[in-house]
Amino acid sequence: MTLMTSLEHVVTAAQHAEIVENNETVMICCGRMGPMCLPVYDAMDELKEEYPNIKFMDMLFDSPEAHVIRNAAECAGFMGLPFTMYYKNGKVVKATSSIQSKEQIKEILDGSLS
Amino acid sequence: MESNNIFDVIILGAGAAGLTAGIYLSRAKTRTLILNEGMVGGQIVLTHEVANYPGVENISGYQLATTMKKQALSFGCEIKQNIKISKLDLSGKIKTVFVGEEKYTAKAVIVATGGRSRELNAEGEDTFKGRGISYCATCDGDFYTGMDIIVVGGGNSALEEAVALTTYAKTVTIVHQFDHFQAFEHAIETAKNNDKIRFILSSKIENFKGEEKLQKVVIKNLEDGTKNEMLIDGVFILIGYQPNSEKFKEHVTINKYGEIPTDLKMTTNLPGVFAAGDIREKQIRQIATAVSDGAIAAINAIEYIQK
Repeated sequence: MTLMTSLEHVVTAAQHAEIVENNETVMICCGRMGPMCLPVYDAMDELKEEYPNIKFMDMLFDSPEAHVIRNAAECAGFMGLPFTMYYKNGKVVKATSSIQSKEQIKEILDGSLS
Repeated sequence: MESNNIFDVIILGAGAAGLTAGIYLSRAKTRTLILNEGMVGGQIVLTHEVANYPGVENISGYQLATTMKKQALSFGCEIKQNIKISKLDLSGKIKTVFVGEEKYTAKAVIVATGGRSRELNAEGEDTFKGRGISYCATCDGDFYTGMDIIVVGGGNSALEEAVALTTYAKTVTIVHQFDHFQAFEHAIETAKNNDKIRFILSSKIENFKGEEKLQKVVIKNLEDGTKNEMLIDGVFILIGYQPNSEKFKEHVTINKYGEIPTDLKMTTNLPGVFAAGDIREKQIRQIATAVSDGAIAAINAIEYIQK
């Protein structure tokens, strides 16, 4: 089960662990094909070229495998889609809930992931 | 300036009005650029299902916007999305729009920047966005299964979404600033007949409180000034939209609601500057009326630049 976006998809929890482990900086947006999520995927798609060192991926929120993000400690209290995770050197450095603009995402990429 | 930055018409905004104008202008072989500060589609993409757009049965807002975008591109319209407009000069015969340091010019401009969800601007609202405060019932409703929630608003969206949210929530309290609703009668009746819904009228939320997530709100009675704390799991703010007109204040006439008045040709007070869609002073805001505005603005922009 994957989202219908042009981003690369995380499908399994094992793949999630491998990607986070093997890439220095990773952004994963976990959501649905809904109005709060689509703008985030779109912004990520546009940012791919500008940030070639960051791995941009998405994951279907309703997949059972997405428990790795849904149940992450950093997402405690999150009540709005999408849940977006930013990883650096294998660790979560930032997590956001609900829609984010391209500018807000860039601010995190230039800060927490730089 | 690069010659490929010179256009006949620049459209600001890529919602239903802007994309329609783009389709009409490009099809008429008019060199057209659409500049959009967010994602293409505007508020259409915030609609899960569009059921009342003539000729199209049950389409998602995202699909409808994507189709409009494809149509515009197929006729040669250029679209730049997720950009930031830094400066405007709309007064002369040649209109100038800056995106960062990049300069674009055109003989006419169509302002179709639409609106955005209105926020309450209450204390704590920013802190609890996505942590108990939501602006999209269909997106986040299932997070509140078996919980007590508030819907703020008194229009059709608020009442219809309040009813929809009873599928998940244990109780839904509608908080509205007036003693009556603006929604259609059938929406009011449906909400009133729902056992899970209760009402707090002539009141507003003044403060959102909590730690990791929203836990309570302070509600002020606007008639007697009294304030009460209420324990709550979530608040959906559905109080309509506000026009994205701040950038144009110094350039065109804007009414007290932030809308741009136009005549029947969609012309503003400035020659060569048109307005279309939700940004415009108008009675009905629907995809169908935005599309109509976009077509009218485009046709009149063509007439203007050919003079």
